[in-house]
Amino acid sequence: MTRQIAFIIALLITLGIFTYTISRLVSYFRITKAFPVGQWGKRVAVMLRVAIGQTKIFRFPFIGLVHALVFWGFMVITLGSIEMVIDGVFGLDRSMSSTGWFYDFVMASGDIMAYVIIIAMLIFLFRRLFMTIRRFKGIEMQLKSKLDAIIALCIIFMLMLSLAGINLTYIQLHPTNYSGVFPISALLVPQLFTLGTQPFMLHEVSWWTHILLIFLFANILPYSKHFHVFTSVPNVFLSRLEPLGYLPNMENVMAEVKLMMNPETAFAPPAEEVPAVPARFGVKDVEDVTWKNYLDALACTECGRCTSVCPANITGKLLSPRKIFVDLRARMKEKGPGLSKDSNYDDGKALLRDYITPEELWACTTCNACAQECPININHPTLILDMRRYLVMEEAAAPPALNTMFTNIENNGAPWQFPAEDRMKWAESL
Amino acid sequence: MQTNKIVVPLMSEMSARGEAPEYLFWVGCAGAFDERYQKVTRAFIKLLHHAGVSYAVLGTEETCNGDPARRAGNEMLFQMQANMVMETFRNYAIKKIVTCCPHCFNIFKNEYSDLGGFYEVIHHSQFLKQLVDEGKIEADPEIFNDKSIVFHDPCYLGRGNQEYDAPRNVIAALKAKTIEMPRNKSNGLCCGAGGAQMFKEAEPGNKEVNTERTEEALATGADIVATACPFCMTMLTDGIKFKNKEEEVKNYDIAELLAMGLGL
Repeated sequence: MTRQIAFIIALLITLGIFTYTISRLVSYFRITKAFPVGQWGKRVAVMLRVAIGQTKIFRFPFIGLVHALVFWGFMVITLGSIEMVIDGVFGLDRSMSSTGWFYDFVMASGDIMAYVIIIAMLIFLFRRLFMTIRRFKGIEMQLKSKLDAIIALCIIFMLMLSLAGINLTYIQLHPTNYSGVFPISALLVPQLFTLGTQPFMLHEVSWWTHILLIFLFANILPYSKHFHVFTSVPNVFLSRLEPLGYLPNMENVMAEVKLMMNPETAFAPPAEEVPAVPARFGVKDVEDVTWKNYLDALACTECGRCTSVCPANITGKLLSPRKIFVDLRARMKEKGPGLSKDSNYDDGKALLRDYITPEELWACTTCNACAQECPININHPTLILDMRRYLVMEEAAAPPALNTMFTNIENNGAPWQFPAEDRMKWAESL
Repeated sequence: MQTNKIVVPLMSEMSARGEAPEYLFWVGCAGAFDERYQKVTRAFIKLLHHAGVSYAVLGTEETCNGDPARRAGNEMLFQMQANMVMETFRNYAIKKIVTCCPHCFNIFKNEYSDLGGFYEVIHHSQFLKQLVDEGKIEADPEIFNDKSIVFHDPCYLGRGNQEYDAPRNVIAALKAKTIEMPRNKSNGLCCGAGGAQMFKEAEPGNKEVNTERTEEALATGADIVATACPFCMTMLTDGIKFKNKEEEVKNYDIAELLAMGLGL
């Protein structure tokens, strides 16, 4: 009974903190702009392929496989965790074991994957701590990002070690009549427990370590880059379905252009009812981004695959696609609390310039290598372009050469200074 | 060399005669004005005539479709240009567009529809592939049989629109030896010109993007670096010159290669 009460208290604390965190995030989402979604069938297909099938992570074959194993392992192990919560709340033991072959499957795969993940964590930690991997570096990779990664890997390592502990001691406690199948643990028990330790105590310690680490992890995740454990599958499900080359239209510009090009309205005085604050063109700060941009930022796990393939970054330019989303998330954390209470809140700073410089934005070639590479379908070029749109249309702050290009298009209908009447000159020497 | 001078049909003249071609060939700014890319336009025209395609060009009625302005953040200018272009297309009831420029291809295909312009848009690599498949174009297998060709994927054709095979199929028709760069298809490295970079200096860094890409192309040892985009062509041609390799390694558009393969 005491055990049950202790468990319920721990569960309630976990859920309480988690609810608080999520409600804050929801209030940040309320600040953001619309992003239309539809085509649900297609989305399910993308989610099955990219998220569940991990197709994009396999673009880096070896480490991609290791990640995919961890992901698939988590899927089966989570089912076991749900059972542990039910057991904890109702004071039961292995409450789902009556499901027969399904239980055997979940336990067997969970047992195998626990050991696989232990090895995977050692590989990941080794890479983080002892190897020089270019994509783990960069100006946006501050100490917090590095610590985030190490802490998460260590917690997962401990989670799997304690899960193995549960399985091993459970078999030892019920050598002939345990439910479920534990292929690797069953193999290890005779090797590990020949000296007659205290299986009951060890089982209790493993069980509580495992469940309390899950509770702790769940509440650390939303504050770390490892939030992708929760957000990446929805992020893939909600990802943009158009070809990568597509850039979304600006409806507010469309309205203005129509007025300008219509001879009846072009020279008319502005309409009486002008909104107090006209809608801003492009993205300057967090209130201008779409909720999908912000979800991208929350889902970004800072793996750096985007930056590792960025032609600008490869050739030493300041731009790092990953930094755009790391900055967006950090800026929302800074401005979101104030802005969610007061829509006119202004702290004198902005995402643009205080976080992301025009130099970074102008280095983008919109080649879409970043978006192609992102394992969870973040779309970087669209946000970069939206910030360029702000710079150009609100501040007329394009690089001088681009202003020349604009003038050429306006005057002679070509980005270069050639007269329109020369457009057929190429045909003269046919 | 052709003895008969080719007369390029103009949309306005055809319309005056009450005719309507099947395709509009959108020449694009680079195709019209860039001295190097004009050669590609002429090569493509020769192929169109060789295959007996019903087409016309807009000539002096063509104007920028606004892509460089849009990629540089000037949505206002883009939409003004787009409205003008769509008006011209409406006048001639244009439904099918073929173009050599992946940037023009992308904006017509994916983005004009948001403004109310719906067209069937074909990149010249797809168009040429189709002509080859239909047997309307058959390259002489002797011309390139001692040459090796490496293809550079234009971002707006490849990653942007998932077209990796059509240009490779066109090159395959030449019966040359084909090589791939380590970064190819969806892993292809940009030439450095996209996103309006073509019209500005690069941001400070330790290398030019086109140098990085050219080095990769040269390392394959290919005789010919093939492209299917006017901006890629400029960047790679410059890169090859920068590396002092213009004598040994040539940069051609796939349309030029195919025209050469036909002896046009």
